[in-house]
Amino acid sequence: MTAGDEGRAAAAVAARDSYGRLLALLSASTSDLASAEDALADAFERALRTWPDQGIPGCPDGWLLTVARNRLRDRWKSAQWRRTGPLDTERDAPVHLDGFDVDAIPDRRLELMLVCAHPAIERAVHTPLMLNTVLGFTADQVGRAFSVPASTMATRLVRAKRRIKAARIPFRIPDRSDLPGRMAPVLEAVYGAYVIDWATTGPQARQVPTEALHLAEVLTTLVPDDPEAQGLAALVHLSSARLPARLDGDGRFVPLAEQDPSRWNDRLIHRAHEHLRAAHARGQVGRFQLEAAVQAVHCARRQTDTTDWPALLDLHRALHAVAPSLGGAVAFAVAMAEVEGPVAGLAQLDKLLGVAGDRAQRFQPARAVRAHLLELLGQHAEAAAAYDSAIDLTHDPAEREYLQHRRNRITSAEQGSAA
Amino acid sequence: MRYALLIHYREPADGELTDEAVDEAKAAFAAYGRALRAAGVLLSADVLQLTAATTTVTRRDGDLRVQDGPFAETKEALAGVFLLDVPDLDAAIGWAEKCPAAQWGVVEVRPSATAFVDGAWTS
Repeated sequence: MTAGDEGRAAAAVAARDSYGRLLALLSASTSDLASAEDALADAFERALRTWPDQGIPGCPDGWLLTVARNRLRDRWKSAQWRRTGPLDTERDAPVHLDGFDVDAIPDRRLELMLVCAHPAIERAVHTPLMLNTVLGFTADQVGRAFSVPASTMATRLVRAKRRIKAARIPFRIPDRSDLPGRMAPVLEAVYGAYVIDWATTGPQARQVPTEALHLAEVLTTLVPDDPEAQGLAALVHLSSARLPARLDGDGRFVPLAEQDPSRWNDRLIHRAHEHLRAAHARGQVGRFQLEAAVQAVHCARRQTDTTDWPALLDLHRALHAVAPSLGGAVAFAVAMAEVEGPVAGLAQLDKLLGVAGDRAQRFQPARAVRAHLLELLGQHAEAAAAYDSAIDLTHDPAEREYLQHRRNRITSAEQGSAA
Repeated sequence: MRYALLIHYREPADGELTDEAVDEAKAAFAAYGRALRAAGVLLSADVLQLTAATTTVTRRDGDLRVQDGPFAETKEALAGVFLLDVPDLDAAIGWAEKCPAAQWGVVEVRPSATAFVDGAWTS
């Protein structure tokens, strides 16, 4: 690795880890996310240009923050900016760059999250906005996660950011009395962070959902009395624990039922159970606790060597009643197929997806499960066609290869029986 | 930052409101006005007459047109305008929810784009 490569790698890590933290700081005093984003993009660009040659600064975050702040100041030297802008005495950036203490940089991502999930912002935009600003996902990536075109998502994000600035939605943690009501959409958005990490069907390989893990942990410390925050943290931990087993030694996708439990992460499972115990102590069931319970049943296979499908079916039924979703509907149908057979599973799948309409047609997991159930029923031609449409919707290379493999097996079995 | 609280509600028909109801509303608005002033956020406050008294003026189509009645007939009419100077939207929403008219109508919270202050429009 050359010094240039090292510089670029450091910039990429800084980009992933620091984006939301820096953006929150840069926009907090003005509620102007768009300008903060531009300034931050300039700072990252300058890092990519100068770090490879000049070396990585001692505190990359501090360097980026200073450069971005200077950039903001350059752009807005108006009287208004001087009146409302943050006081910043670091005039000559390079002199101060090495003196930055990373722990001294405050973390205002929660305020940013609360802004994204503010009641004055359209509900459907909360999660996309949070993924875009707090976690740095592009409009393209967020759009894919929500099954809407990138341009549509970009327009929605721009409109929301304009509104935050124009109406001046403040970056502030509300009073304890207002906080619970403001937390529900925040939880929802953290869940969205976890979903996009797991289910994103982008051309790039999936990443460990460290951001979702971290955000979930932060939320449990902020609202320790909220059992759903604990449930969400447990859910994200349990799913993350299984991450190492999702690909085999050759990088091939391994579905949950075929995963080797010894490759699951003990520490994360342990932490998840701590969160679940804290949640259950409150005696108030909710959507995220149910989803975490589903994951806990799957993870119990590590000890029991079997999967308790009847328990899963009960949990999915309860979950579907509390919070129906496309993903939940597909998992509900899978549990139904395991307990009552593939015919019942397929009927359940078609019934649940029929209600969801068009969006369900483009939902990759539904197509993949449908193909699998048809294969179990021996309807090979239909199964092959279903695999084809699932493959079309799959961008993750490992999962794509897995589905291709399943599909080819049917074709060769057909040819084998015909010969 | 300046916000207008625009109060909208269905206009009561003649004799629909009892004297007690009117007195109660007046008392509530009096307390609300005092609270706004005590907090130092009030720029102005007007509760408007019914739309039967309104006149609409336009030169949009070239000629002067003066029309009896509001620009658009809606079920809920603009009934009051409060101008506040508060730090942010949360503060404005906080005052809007305390407005007595929120009990029987809706309060639109609209940030001011520019205002004529000290002889000039603010930027």
